[in-house]
Amino acid sequence: MEKSMGIRAGALSLVIFLFLLGIWQAATQTTEKPGGVLSEYEQLQGKSAKKSDGLPTPAQMGETVKKHLSDPFYDKGPNDKGIGIQLAYSLARVMGGFLLAALVAVPLGFMIGMSPLLYRALDPFIQVLKPISPLAWMPLALYTIKDSATSSIFVIFICSIWPMLINTAYGVASVRKDWLNVARTLEVSIMRKAFLVILPAAAPTIMTGMRISMGIAWLVIVAAEMLVGGTGIGYFVWNEWNNLSLTNVIFAILMIGVVGMALDLMFGMLQKLVTYVE
Amino acid sequence: MSTSFLVADGLAKRFPGSKGKADLTVFDNVHFTIEKGEFVCIIGHSGCGKTTILNVLAGLDTASGGNVLMDGREVAGPSLERGVVFQGHALMPWLSAKKNVEFAVRSRWPDKSNKEIEAHCQRYLDLVGLTGSEHKKPSELSGGMKQRVGIARAFAIEPKMLLLDEPFGALDALTRGNIQEELKKICAETHQTVFMITHDVDEAILLSDKIMLMSNGPQARIAEIVVNTLPKSRTRETLHKESRFYAIRNHLVDFLVSRSKRFSEELPADYDPKNPPLVMPGVEAPPPPPSPTISSSIESAKVVNLR
Repeated sequence: MEKSMGIRAGALSLVIFLFLLGIWQAATQTTEKPGGVLSEYEQLQGKSAKKSDGLPTPAQMGETVKKHLSDPFYDKGPNDKGIGIQLAYSLARVMGGFLLAALVAVPLGFMIGMSPLLYRALDPFIQVLKPISPLAWMPLALYTIKDSATSSIFVIFICSIWPMLINTAYGVASVRKDWLNVARTLEVSIMRKAFLVILPAAAPTIMTGMRISMGIAWLVIVAAEMLVGGTGIGYFVWNEWNNLSLTNVIFAILMIGVVGMALDLMFGMLQKLVTYVE
Repeated sequence: MSTSFLVADGLAKRFPGSKGKADLTVFDNVHFTIEKGEFVCIIGHSGCGKTTILNVLAGLDTASGGNVLMDGREVAGPSLERGVVFQGHALMPWLSAKKNVEFAVRSRWPDKSNKEIEAHCQRYLDLVGLTGSEHKKPSELSGGMKQRVGIARAFAIEPKMLLLDEPFGALDALTRGNIQEELKKICAETHQTVFMITHDVDEAILLSDKIMLMSNGPQARIAEIVVNTLPKSRTRETLHKESRFYAIRNHLVDFLVSRSKRFSEELPADYDPKNPPLVMPGVEAPPPPPSPTISSSIESAKVVNLR
């Protein structure tokens, strides 16, 4: 039953995919002009030159995907790098900012969760800082850090910190009283209690926060790289827009989606690892 | 001063009343003693503060008044000397049965080698009949097995005293009966001192040497202490055939059903909270008196005021 459901869902996905491809094909098909001879005016306009005009057909798209994926790591100067290199730059920034955020958010969230006083004291700050678009920090970051690459890492840091902080604090604060009482009657030291009781008890909630943070970080890095330029998938998108190569833009969009999905799956698996059944 | 193993002296729990209202006194003037190796049950209706008393004994809660001495030392906080079996088993769901016990054992003896700890845990898991299920997570265990792990965890730290908060409340009658037997056996073998909360009259009669009856709150007190005069060799099968079983049982049920409510209004003239009357239902003559006794009968029971 479960298996046949999987097959049926897969088949349906395939049908939807083919249907969408069909629409795409129909919308982008260019009808050959009768006669086929260009007027002098058209020749002056450069219409004879073979270049991308507007949206690609699925076939052209397929070509581009094949071309990019067959050589993802070439580097021919600042404006022409393989998609693998661009994605690697973006991923490195996201990981950097995310790890820094985790280093701050998890211990701080632990303290907030364990101390109702700190929780109340820090709550107004968190509530004000949380809704700020991370990109709004960019000018301040560029001014103080004076380095565009580091600034984008800072932007990732600031956007991934909140979900992790809030989830960690919540997870720690809502550890079952029974488990804490067990630790108390066993005279467990504070560090042992934190690592062996509270951390595993709150781990699923903390991991949920990390998953949300990673999702947001991956959304934000594209915008941040469009702003700071240089390298990365966001810069690639902007660069190809300036080149008027919509095919490459669409390819980049696809890649952003695939990588984002992979990241989410990865955190989904980590989440499963730390989840317990009560 | 009494030389009993555990002395609860004038325990009270009050909650400050909201504006203008008087403080709410859940219980006060609670005095009792527990001897080493004694199994004591406390029975009373919900809200009379049984769990609070247990938590005070455990050091998890503080009383508003009075104090508890164990082995001559004041109970000022939770300690490894008192093992607690919680109402809702309180096992850590991310650890296997054995790891749960191991967590406690390692806390008790941090310097023991892994091998020693392993053997120690296994011994207690075997004792509660969990051989073969050591590596299961709590979610894979039945309610009775979970509570068994909880008991193994409490026993494994070899505490001077065991505190059980309605440990079998959530179990079905059959499982409950089995675990009761096992608990009785283990306690008898290890000469464990036990304080247990229960709502189950039969459970109290099967397990305990002394049953403390608490009147209803607010201002709950220990109304009387029933001495279990049934032979130590009693089992679940033979319990109801014991000659005094029904006398004790009826006395307890009678207290729970009617006398616990009226107790505070109809305070017996000679009632002394510091020395609640000892009752032996079904016993016509008081046992050889250790000290001069004054006796008067309450219903069918003999009342003996010791000390």
